[in-house]
Amino acid sequence: MRALRVGAEALLVEVASGEQARALHAELLRRRAAGSLTVGEIVPAARTVLLDGLRDPARLAAELTAAEVPPAPPPPDAAVEIPVRYDGPDLADVAALWGVTEREAARVHAGTVFTVAFCGFAPGFGYLTGLPERYEVPRRATPRTAVPAGSVALAGPYTGVYPTASPGGWQVIGHTDAVLWDPARVPAALLSPGTRVRFVAVGAS
Amino acid sequence: MTDRALVVVRAGALTTVQDRGRPGHAHLGVPRSGALDGPAAALVNRLVGNPPGAAVLETTLDGCALRPRTAVTVAVGGAPCPVAVDGGPAAWAAPVRVPAGALLEVGAPTSGVRSYVAVSGGIAVAPVLGSRSTDLLSGLGPPPLANGAALPLGRPGAPHARVDVAPQPAPPAELVLRFLPGPRDDWFTPEALRTFGTRAYTVSPAANRIGLRTLGPALERAVGGELPSEGMVSGAVQVPPDGRPVVFLADHPTTGGYPVIAVVHPADLPAAAQAPPGTPVRFVRGTERGGR
Repeated sequence: MRALRVGAEALLVEVASGEQARALHAELLRRRAAGSLTVGEIVPAARTVLLDGLRDPARLAAELTAAEVPPAPPPPDAAVEIPVRYDGPDLADVAALWGVTEREAARVHAGTVFTVAFCGFAPGFGYLTGLPERYEVPRRATPRTAVPAGSVALAGPYTGVYPTASPGGWQVIGHTDAVLWDPARVPAALLSPGTRVRFVAVGAS
Repeated sequence: MTDRALVVVRAGALTTVQDRGRPGHAHLGVPRSGALDGPAAALVNRLVGNPPGAAVLETTLDGCALRPRTAVTVAVGGAPCPVAVDGGPAAWAAPVRVPAGALLEVGAPTSGVRSYVAVSGGIAVAPVLGSRSTDLLSGLGPPPLANGAALPLGRPGAPHARVDVAPQPAPPAELVLRFLPGPRDDWFTPEALRTFGTRAYTVSPAANRIGLRTLGPALERAVGGELPSEGMVSGAVQVPPDGRPVVFLADHPTTGGYPVIAVVHPADLPAAAQAPPGTPVRFVRGTERGGR
């Protein structure tokens, strides 16, 4: 574990794996809840956790790098279920990359339990991990200028659902009517770091 | 319709509603947003007797014109600019009484980029995640002002401030940004680090609320490839593939995959918001407390 200084008020704690990032994130949330960590933002990402709004980043850096991070608690049993029509324009390409039929690709995706590793790109956009490494796919060679809201898409090790229409380069395998982001709802984001997710295949409407 | 409203007569190039933003949601991908020149926004609020977190208007390069339906006190600050009420000159950076139905004109700044308009009672559009700020990256908050729109106003609470005129720093002719290196300075060549800390840059015409883009010598990377996405802070100096540093401002994305060579001291970011395209920029190495 390395703690990198980010200006005068923040630290970027870097670990070796996504699993370690999850464990570190859980431990930092626990410390904040217990009152032993005062921080403005805790932002987990692929291999790092950013702590922003710290009074004494140097001291926390020394303390964190000396401490053992306990293993991540087991993920919650309850999973958010997202109904998906596996009808995306890139489903055939993804199935070909995986060496299976489209039907089988949908079955594999819907049979996986995902975890939200982190959020970013847009409010409510989660980077979901869970697919085995052999199912990693590249981004599309040419990004689309408009990907509709509710698109379920893959890139690298991640699955994501576009909360709003936006440009994007991920491989779209399906669509959902689930509302990923609604600022008027509490909580606004359907998915937040640590949430477990299952995609449930539904027929075309 | 309520009388406590402000009608937009001329929206200007880009005028947005801003307060102190929506901190605490970065882990959901929500930018902090908020007034780019925070001290200027706090000052105009004080001049009209608003709390410091009341929503104000932030103009960009050419001001705006507004007509309140009820008598209000306003204050215009930030980038210095002409102020007029029904065609007659009015004070800048001071409380100004605007009668119901009168026209308040906020002119193009004589220096700087962003003027701030506080109205007694504050702009009372519906908050989103605790803030009324327009976030141009993710589209949260009210849309930028449009001609003919009516903005609801809150009820004034506190008595007006006793200050009549408040001194404000003039936008600098040269933008000096103090930085601390890292977190990804080791992704760059020693030559790039020297270049960054010594050579002259200028503010790019593409600078906006998301980032202060710059023009100048490209910074060469020592490490190729992509960085896994990581959290980003305000003031982070991200270096995209073209090698020109971008200083992240209030509407910056919460995570990013381009390496951050350095982070600008938070106290220097309000000045960055007031530097028009073409302004010379120097990055100088600072200390923990910001000084050189």
